[in-house]
Amino acid sequence: MTEYNFNGQNCHGDKIKAKNLNFYYGSFQALRDINLDIPGCAITAIIGPSGCGKSSFLRLLNRMNDLIYGSRIEGTIELDGKNIFDRDVDVVELRKNVGMVFQKPNPFPISIFDNIAFGPKQHGKKSKIELEEIVENSLKQAALWDEVKDKLGQSALALSGGQQQRLCIARVLSVEPEVILMDEPCSALDPMATLKIEDLMRTLAKNYTIIIVTHNMQQAARVSDTTAFFMMEPDRAGSLVEYGSTSEIFTNPKDKRTEDYITGRFG
Amino acid sequence: MRNVSAKQTQKLAMAGIWGGGVITLLLLIVIIGYVLIQGLPGINWEFLSTNPKGGLSGEGGILSTVVSTLYLIGITLVLLVPIGIGSAVYLSEYAPNNRLTRIIRYGIETLAGIPSIIFGLFGYALFVTVLSFNFSILSGALTLVCLLLPTMITTTEEALKAVSYSYREAALALGTTKWQMISRIVLPSAIPGIVTAVILCIGRAIGETACLYVTMGGSAAMPSSLLEGGRTLSLHVFYLAMETNAMDKAMATAAVLIIIIILINALTNLLAGRFQKRLKGIS
Repeated sequence: MTEYNFNGQNCHGDKIKAKNLNFYYGSFQALRDINLDIPGCAITAIIGPSGCGKSSFLRLLNRMNDLIYGSRIEGTIELDGKNIFDRDVDVVELRKNVGMVFQKPNPFPISIFDNIAFGPKQHGKKSKIELEEIVENSLKQAALWDEVKDKLGQSALALSGGQQQRLCIARVLSVEPEVILMDEPCSALDPMATLKIEDLMRTLAKNYTIIIVTHNMQQAARVSDTTAFFMMEPDRAGSLVEYGSTSEIFTNPKDKRTEDYITGRFG
Repeated sequence: MRNVSAKQTQKLAMAGIWGGGVITLLLLIVIIGYVLIQGLPGINWEFLSTNPKGGLSGEGGILSTVVSTLYLIGITLVLLVPIGIGSAVYLSEYAPNNRLTRIIRYGIETLAGIPSIIFGLFGYALFVTVLSFNFSILSGALTLVCLLLPTMITTTEEALKAVSYSYREAALALGTTKWQMISRIVLPSAIPGIVTAVILCIGRAIGETACLYVTMGGSAAMPSSLLEGGRTLSLHVFYLAMETNAMDKAMATAAVLIIIIILINALTNLLAGRFQKRLKGIS
């Protein structure tokens, strides 16, 4: 039986499947032979030491690496069973469906309202009433509405770092994605703002598939349902060491390297 | 010891920086002040509303030269700004980083350093002679476009490059096309820099004499179409100062020129502010 959530996505089973994935920057291999199935409507954390390719992997999922000159991909990533590297896949549609939150909050230097309305506008929504509704809903979902509802016309850059990051999450939600990628979304934030984002992620995970890259192992343990541990091999290519439910990875890791990493022996 | 000397160095450096700033400001005030003090008394309604008599007398006003100047600047900008911005967007956002692009860029930089009279000769050969536009405002404007394009392109490209990469990423990650990203995020953010480019170009266009002398001629008559010759304000100042004894008229014309430059700059800034707001959808 298939279950559908409110935004019509299938939350049952694996949302994303990476198969025999290799990724190169020029002649340098950044990822080797990644096989990873990411469950829908859950939070998957990707952890690992610097340079292990976790951000590269994340950026493959919405094909942001396409922008890098000389990058090359082998293998497949399936989103709902469809390989995202297929020729007939429209990368613009893909990115609408697979949103991304970046390490440093990057609101556009325009008003709060226009930041959220930007995406829907570009996708052809023109009616003011409709846009106002989208802005309100997105900000509510991102738990920012109450803080900004009286100053939607003000510049987004006047918000605090944590608010800016929630604004960026609202901006992603405005184009109704199914998957949200988060590239160390809290690394530039203080602990209180970090907690708010984590609460928000837990709420969003009911309806969205979230994949978060994080340096912060406590964060991965607190927030995620499944955890993937990446490490680089001697030739510096990143590979997947261990993948499983978060509780399993943190309490009973099968691989010695995972255990060493999560107990803080390196990294 | 080291602290003291570091402090002294700092004092010295500050003195140098302040000195440079004060000298620049003083020069500006002295030049503009001198021209205005000498020129303003000569400005009256008759001076503004009559055409120069021409010849060696220096008699008459400046009406036709103001009109020629505004025509020339207008036509030049209408052609220059879209081509310049288009080229800059291509170079900054689309051109692959290969040999051809490097050659194009090198060519543009070289063109920017070529004396304007060479552009004038080129304009004379192509627009005046081959294309038979004769000595005309159109020939002058086309020559100015050639002369100013390198400045327009390089300054605009710098402005585009200064727009944070994170904005581009954010826009693309929302599922916008590259063109939506450029037209809605990058260009609006770069407008202050693009305005600087336009003002630089207006300044040079207004100041140019040599390359216009050989493409527009120097007719003091009121131009009735773009295919007629004309005399810009700068050219008129040159004529008055070198070929007549009417130094007072030259100063008055120069004062008008300075006032026009200030007005054009203010207007450009105002329009740019409006335009930026509209592009960003704030208005």
